[in-house]
Amino acid sequence: MNAGRLRVLMPPLVTGALFIGAWEGGVRVLGIREFLLPRPTSIWAQLTSQWPTLRHAGWETGRIAVSGLVVGIIAGVLLAFFTTRFRTVNEGITPLAVAVNATPIVALAPIFNAWFGITGTLSNQAVVVAVVFFPVFINTAKGLTEVHPDEIELMHSYAAGEWTILREVRIPNALPFFANALRLVAPLSVIAAIVAEYFGGPQDRIGNVITSNAGFARYDAAWAAIAVASAVGLALFATALLLERVSMPWRLVGGESESTTKP
Amino acid sequence: MNGAAVEVMGVEKVFGRGSEEEVTALSGVDLTIAPGEFVTLIGPSGCGKSTFLRLIGNLLEPTAGSVEVFGKSAHQARMDQDYGMVFQHAGLFDWRRVAANIELPLELRGWSKADRSDRSKEMLDLVKLPDFGGHYPRQLSGGMQQRVAIARALSFEPRLLLMDEPFGALDEMTREHMQGELLRIWHETGTTVVFVTHSISESAFLSNRVVVLSPRPGRIHSIVEIGLGERSEDTREDPRFFEASTEVREALRAVEDGS
Repeated sequence: MNAGRLRVLMPPLVTGALFIGAWEGGVRVLGIREFLLPRPTSIWAQLTSQWPTLRHAGWETGRIAVSGLVVGIIAGVLLAFFTTRFRTVNEGITPLAVAVNATPIVALAPIFNAWFGITGTLSNQAVVVAVVFFPVFINTAKGLTEVHPDEIELMHSYAAGEWTILREVRIPNALPFFANALRLVAPLSVIAAIVAEYFGGPQDRIGNVITSNAGFARYDAAWAAIAVASAVGLALFATALLLERVSMPWRLVGGESESTTKP
Repeated sequence: MNGAAVEVMGVEKVFGRGSEEEVTALSGVDLTIAPGEFVTLIGPSGCGKSTFLRLIGNLLEPTAGSVEVFGKSAHQARMDQDYGMVFQHAGLFDWRRVAANIELPLELRGWSKADRSDRSKEMLDLVKLPDFGGHYPRQLSGGMQQRVAIARALSFEPRLLLMDEPFGALDEMTREHMQGELLRIWHETGTTVVFVTHSISESAFLSNRVVVLSPRPGRIHSIVEIGLGERSEDTREDPRFFEASTEVREALRAVEDGS
């Protein structure tokens, strides 16, 4: 089992190491100037020397992302349930949501600053919520409604009411759709938080650390902040994957050919 | 006549009434099915055989006429869960293990966990999948999934089994095997079966009576009595089986010729 896990982990680890090595070597050999592309070792040096600032910034931006995620997910799921229950509401809201989802919501950040205040975190959180809400709503609603008609007829043959059908069929059916949305919005929430921070909010966050360091041509420090941001995004993405695996054990089993042979 | 399992009287079913796409799926249908009987509905596509089955199961309401199941209205029979249903698509829930799929109707009836578990074990034995209760449906082949669907439909011992082309998606070998299994289960349980198919040999092999439907609007064209008695795999090579198949085939030809 350990050998199997190693075999899965090896290729990406080796590729990653080669990539960083090529980056380091390429910058040195080609004599690329550090303000264009700092070497990984310079970025690492900044990461360690600026660690308290970066850790604080990563933590705070992460909190914005996670709080926006939670609110956006809850709101999206609630509206999905609501529209599934009342078909006429669904017909009105869903096309609108799809249209709004296609607009680049981070572009609203400056406007949210005007609405929710430029110095606090509320406007940043609002951007994250708006970015998270629509994919969660659209996917969950799809999962709740796109049920095989035979499965509904089967439940009717058991004289099951709408609530039973919701509990036994629609909700489990929606889980994979919801998980897809979660995988999409988890890293998106960090992007949204950082872009929102470019436009306003407290000054000790990842977005501001990036812009201020870039402004002073301290590109290695800006890259160090980007590295922290990507670590936060990865952590959220990994959490989404973990939740998916834990909540849907039936998706982990292999197909027919592998498992019909009994253990 | 209260002894009938299914009593269909003067049934008409119109879809999209009053609209431009108005379709009369069934018209003037009368049929009585005795308890323990195996009746097959066959006909060209569009003859309303699936609609017919859904009217018996009260998944659709007739536009006119009445459907009684065990002497009560089809609606009441559905509310009392008097029948089990099997579709072409096995319709197992991916998120439930095989045993939990079979136990679903029992759960909805409020059976205790121990009783449910005992019954699902019995059912898995009945469909010859005793070791698969802990598997997820996607780990099973199509034929195995369909057997689980049959086990689920029979788990609460319904007096009536409604089957809508249950073996339609299976390959020929699996299909013949499943037909044999179904006959065995039918003998063991004594349940009434209404079976929709478009396979002539399937209808002749399985049923006591084959109801041949004609399309647009769906009507009962003729009813072929199949006197094969007890079937076995040898029946498939029995001249009487060929005669029965021929009789069904000729009735279907007559339908297509419009006579």
